[in-house]
Amino acid sequence: MTDLLKLTAKDFKSDQEVRWCPGCGDYAILAAVQGFLPELGIARENIVFVSGIGCSSRFPYYLNTYGMHSIHGRAPAIATGLASSRPDLSVWVITGDGDALSIGGNHLIHALRRNVNLKILLFNNRIYGLTKGQYSPTSEPGKITKSTPMGSLDEPFRPLSLALGAEAGFVARTIDSDRKHLTSVLRAAAEHQGTALVEIYQNCNIFNDGAFEVLKDPETRDSALLRLEHGQPYTVNGEEHVHDVTDPDPTRAFALSRLSEPTPIGVLRAVERPSYDRQLNAQLEQAVTERGEGDLGALLSGSDTWMVR
Amino acid sequence: MTSRVEEPGSTFDESPGQRSPAKGVRRLDRVVIRFAGDSGDGMQLTGDRFTSETAGFGNDLSTLPNFPAEIRAPAGTLPGVSSFQLHFADHDILTPGDAPDVLVAMNPAALKANLADLPRGAEIIVNTDEFTKRALSKVGWQADPLDDGTLQEYRVHPVALTTLTVEALKETSLARKDAERAKNMFALGLLSWMYHRPTEGTETFLRSKFAKKPDIAEANVLAFRAGWNYGETTESFAVSYEVAPAAKAFTPGRYRNISGNLALAYGLIAASKQSGLSLFLGSYPITPASDILHELSKHKNFGVRTFQAEDEIAGIGAALGAAFGGALGVTTTSGPGIALKSETIGLAVSLELPLVVVDIQRGGPSTGLPTKTEQADLLQAMFGRNGEAPVPIVAPASPGECFTMALEAARIALTYRTPVFLLSDGYLANGSEPWRVPELSELPDLRVEFATEPNAPDGSGDFWPYLRDPETLARPWAVPGTPGLEHRVGGIEKQDGTGNISYDPANHDHMVRTRQAKIDGIAVPDLTVDDPSGDADLLVLGWGSTFGPIAAGVRRARAAGGKVAQAHLRHLNPFPANLGEVLGRYERVLVPEMNLGQLAMLLRARYLVDARSFTQVSGMPFKAAQLAAVISEALDD
Repeated sequence: MTDLLKLTAKDFKSDQEVRWCPGCGDYAILAAVQGFLPELGIARENIVFVSGIGCSSRFPYYLNTYGMHSIHGRAPAIATGLASSRPDLSVWVITGDGDALSIGGNHLIHALRRNVNLKILLFNNRIYGLTKGQYSPTSEPGKITKSTPMGSLDEPFRPLSLALGAEAGFVARTIDSDRKHLTSVLRAAAEHQGTALVEIYQNCNIFNDGAFEVLKDPETRDSALLRLEHGQPYTVNGEEHVHDVTDPDPTRAFALSRLSEPTPIGVLRAVERPSYDRQLNAQLEQAVTERGEGDLGALLSGSDTWMVR
Repeated sequence: MTSRVEEPGSTFDESPGQRSPAKGVRRLDRVVIRFAGDSGDGMQLTGDRFTSETAGFGNDLSTLPNFPAEIRAPAGTLPGVSSFQLHFADHDILTPGDAPDVLVAMNPAALKANLADLPRGAEIIVNTDEFTKRALSKVGWQADPLDDGTLQEYRVHPVALTTLTVEALKETSLARKDAERAKNMFALGLLSWMYHRPTEGTETFLRSKFAKKPDIAEANVLAFRAGWNYGETTESFAVSYEVAPAAKAFTPGRYRNISGNLALAYGLIAASKQSGLSLFLGSYPITPASDILHELSKHKNFGVRTFQAEDEIAGIGAALGAAFGGALGVTTTSGPGIALKSETIGLAVSLELPLVVVDIQRGGPSTGLPTKTEQADLLQAMFGRNGEAPVPIVAPASPGECFTMALEAARIALTYRTPVFLLSDGYLANGSEPWRVPELSELPDLRVEFATEPNAPDGSGDFWPYLRDPETLARPWAVPGTPGLEHRVGGIEKQDGTGNISYDPANHDHMVRTRQAKIDGIAVPDLTVDDPSGDADLLVLGWGSTFGPIAAGVRRARAAGGKVAQAHLRHLNPFPANLGEVLGRYERVLVPEMNLGQLAMLLRARYLVDARSFTQVSGMPFKAAQLAAVISEALDD
């Protein structure tokens, strides 16, 4: 048996060479996750990372847990099957803005509304990196990219607004370079029973460098960021509010999710409701309680048989 | 000898009335009845009940439900006609019958839509109440076919079904409209009288179906009895018919009637029990596969998890995720759903995880004919993925065989750690037949061993997820929760053995060939050939649901003196090892298929054999007479 108390970040590093571009924001997120996992107190074998396709989706290869690098956009669906049939596992989904919001948009919104016990980390760099620089569903309008030489015509998604619209119970945002904040958000997500969506602003230094620079530059970040803390006051447009992540009414969280100046980071919403996997497994137990363990012989015979001798 | 121990009701004692000795009784060896009416007339239910009575009585039987894709097409129109055909006999039969001996037509549309299928001399029981000017004009009849000689070649029984039903229910508190709805049970009662069917089962069924509405239950029972009594008393029906139980058709055992989709659902539950793995079904509703989802969702006390996904892709994705976690993962769909699932099937090929993919084929392409049958997904199952992505394929030949082949699909998936296709179709899914209930001791042992220990050959104590079993080439199945075996899998090419990402050209070539060799090496039973004369020149080879009509056609050809051999494939990938040798034994090979020759194409490519296709893609199964003619033509060549 692994001694859980003695696990360190090193225990969660796989033997595979990490192959992101030098300077990629993914390195910082990987280090933060590896540093955070020991504190979960969960044995490595009970943790699974499932990803889709994209730069960020290589993530599971670098963690010494169980993992699956699946196909584009489908990680939430695959993880839903795993988490529903194995409620004993801690299941994490790693995805990007293209993977989660374009090709996998349908699976994302349905995972959120179902409230399967998944922790979804959405690395948002507002660009397609692995395919070398096309605009993504979070790219700003007018963006010039390889596929939009005259500027993008698409209105971008606000991932957190989308998640709240999809009945998400836990919604948070953090930044790749702020390890302390990132870790605190991961901790809150892990504690949440049900689907948790964490948007991580992540810098693609090759195709969209500096996308979040104003939020990171010590000169500008204090005025550009709105750091949300549960129970603490914040001021928007001259109005003061006390931040309450447990507010059952998502209106305030939704207003925050649409705010860009300043940009809120932290947990916007953490409201628990029964998770899909727990309810599904409770139905199985209830069926056994009410009808007894299934009897295959009786099932096959049914109620209407005859004998041939 | 046949003796029925538990019949739902003895033929006459429990009947609504006593049978009059004045009426004649004629013995028949087989009958084909078709019930036809509006989609809302309850024809499928009527057919199901008649089938249950017939099964319990001990006849051999085969059914063909046929209904439109629209739930309620406009009443009284031709597109709204729904029908249920039942063939039952005192001997073993193979098909639902080529043409009805008796048509029950609940309205002019039902008569018009089915008239062309009736042979001269067939009996027609027709609901005269519905033959109004308006109803006739809806189907383009200017004159009433009941009067104008249109039906002179048939034996017509005009019955005022609606009026008689309402009359029978006048003592009840039911509104006229509700009373009219019981007319299908009146018709069922009448047919039950005509063919000496037991009746108690239907009365029990009605009381339980409408348990929450006892007045409706009683009204239906009343209408059912009124129909029976009407046959007994009216002069319109001078004789009734007996079809004796099929004493020799069945091997001894306990029997029930079963449809293909029900058998398939039970087969999956049995596979779960026999493997000791919990069953996880990820599925999206689609005709004609949805009934499997409905059925499995009822059996949560077997540990069955059913997940109605947001789309076809999520359905298979969730099943694959569950398989990664150690469940028996299954997805069920029809052809259009397979098209959407293709990428995930490819992932499962790459991950080498067990997964059962059930395709209840229907008419295509695209939406095609959702409620009609076809077997045109064979090549999609065989090749419909990017890259070299071989997937085993099994196909049941009859409704009852859907049970066995579900177990077989699970066996292959679990033994070889691969996705497996099970190709059923609309005809098998909704058709039914008597099925011998297997003893649990007859079911295959599907127990699986998960990996528990590190296996690296270098003694490093590492776990190599792609270190293969030398016999089966299957990789170890290490499920999350097993300490020390943490590993990552994915759709990127992997190094054989370690499972690490590898772009090495030689490794990719090796992996492509290894995945193919694994599927090619799957152990499947040899093909058996039915060749009673032993010196046939012609082999008729089929697969899937065409078994019944092909066997019936072959039987007729033999009865006419033809020497013909028959074989039927249940395994389409890999083919049975002796298939090439079997094909080589015959001068001519005829391959009837409900597509444009997909199996024939595979046979020609694989075995360089001059297989001749006979094809039909009408959405309807072959008829025995049609195949008998094709076979005798081939014999004459």
